[in-house]
Amino acid sequence: MSDVIDRPILAEEVAAQSRLRIIDCDVHPSIHAHSDIEQFMPKRWQEHLRTYGSHLRTPYIGTTPYPRSSPLIARRDAWPPTGGPPGSDLDFMRKQHLDPLDIEYGILQVLDLFIFSQQNLEFGAAIQRAINDWQLAFWSDREPRLKASILAGQDDTEFAIAEIERCAKIGRYVQINVCPRANEPLGRRRYWPIYARAQELGLPLGIHVGGYGGHAPTGGGWPSYYVEEHQSNAHTMAAQLTSLVLEGVPERFPNLKIVFIEGGFGWIPSATWRMDRHFEAFRSEVPHLKRRPSEYVKEHFWFTTQPIDEPDEAKHLRSLIEWVGADRLLFSSDYPHWDFDDPRYAFKTPLTETERRKIFNGNARALYKL
Amino acid sequence: MARHIVARTSDIPPGGNKVFGVEGRDIVVFHVNGEFFALLNRCPHEGAPLAKAACVARLTSPEPGVYERSRVGELLRCPWHGWEFDMRSGQSWFDPKRVKVRSYPVAVESGEELQKGPYVAETFPVHVEDNYVIVEV
Repeated sequence: MSDVIDRPILAEEVAAQSRLRIIDCDVHPSIHAHSDIEQFMPKRWQEHLRTYGSHLRTPYIGTTPYPRSSPLIARRDAWPPTGGPPGSDLDFMRKQHLDPLDIEYGILQVLDLFIFSQQNLEFGAAIQRAINDWQLAFWSDREPRLKASILAGQDDTEFAIAEIERCAKIGRYVQINVCPRANEPLGRRRYWPIYARAQELGLPLGIHVGGYGGHAPTGGGWPSYYVEEHQSNAHTMAAQLTSLVLEGVPERFPNLKIVFIEGGFGWIPSATWRMDRHFEAFRSEVPHLKRRPSEYVKEHFWFTTQPIDEPDEAKHLRSLIEWVGADRLLFSSDYPHWDFDDPRYAFKTPLTETERRKIFNGNARALYKL
Repeated sequence: MARHIVARTSDIPPGGNKVFGVEGRDIVVFHVNGEFFALLNRCPHEGAPLAKAACVARLTSPEPGVYERSRVGELLRCPWHGWEFDMRSGQSWFDPKRVKVRSYPVAVESGEELQKGPYVAETFPVHVEDNYVIVEV
């Protein structure tokens, strides 16, 4: 927790921030207008988008539309002066985010159109494909700092593989994204063909929080408040880490690298301690696991930092970083969303120079081969 | 503390704000319901610009299901993480003992008084018919 900031920003603080170029593993670009992606869609799906829009499996009217906490879940200062939603104006993103924070690379994470949650799988596939093309045409081609991810909805595995092949041929994507709120837990074998292909291609598997599957976002059911649902992002990630490890994905795909995005990292130590302890008692149920769950976590998984938990005492955050391991953490800002983390102030505990280099740049550089 | 004439009252519309550089600090002055409040233009949490904050009401609930709004426009909601601060004192709403925004005393004085006093800003066009916003830093 912070003291009052009652002083001008010092020149050396600005200099310190520019000494370390930052790789931001969670930047959200937005579609300025639907017409921008129509050029990447067959007429049939353009008409579908205009006529029917999304068909999502949510239980209550009004559970999906924004605002959520802040209009379009965005920082109030991130609305481009030229109009359009936050994250939709490249020049403004450069001016507000990439340039002043000295972002060397930003990994794009598109959430628009609820791409992973469409119940019409063919429509879902059409907009995933369109958005994959749009990421290059509107972002990476115009700004080499921004790197695209292949969006591949895993509930239609056949399409996902085809889309991965198509994008991999283009060769400009750094990651394959699937959704943590799919029809079944991510460790299930129906999804393994995607993991096999990701391993062969040497592309990390990215899993960004969110999505609207048919399941309640908490193990206890549907929450009343957004603050409850926001909290549940961490539970969902913990459930998916458990599923992936215990169903044997890292054991079966020893070179697969998995990145958990926007789930924070405070929950990881207790989740792995618990898995290890239970593994000792239940190991005959899962004889396909050759090692303790924590060993798989330490070797196969990376975690982006935002939103960083803020214990009352800084030393507890310090312990968390040591428990998870500075090797496993990737800095992310979540720009332009309302819970954005500023790289200069997000860590409420001092980091060593080595840790800073790893978390803000080195780990992501190696993982994404940048 | 020195007194700085930062604006005419008419320069900051009701419900609006303006940022002024005073002694190396960015200070934001809000105009709410005829009153002026000055705060450091940085959230104490991660430094977000409070000039972009929402000016909201104080929302309280004596018991679940009962909601009351008061002091409309006097609570600041940080543009990033939504932390709420009392514009009068700079104190945070959720943890007032530990987290606050620096706030500064503000006065409104007539141009006539300013002309008489020691704080006439040489570079400011002073019109005696106007009122001026003065921030102490």
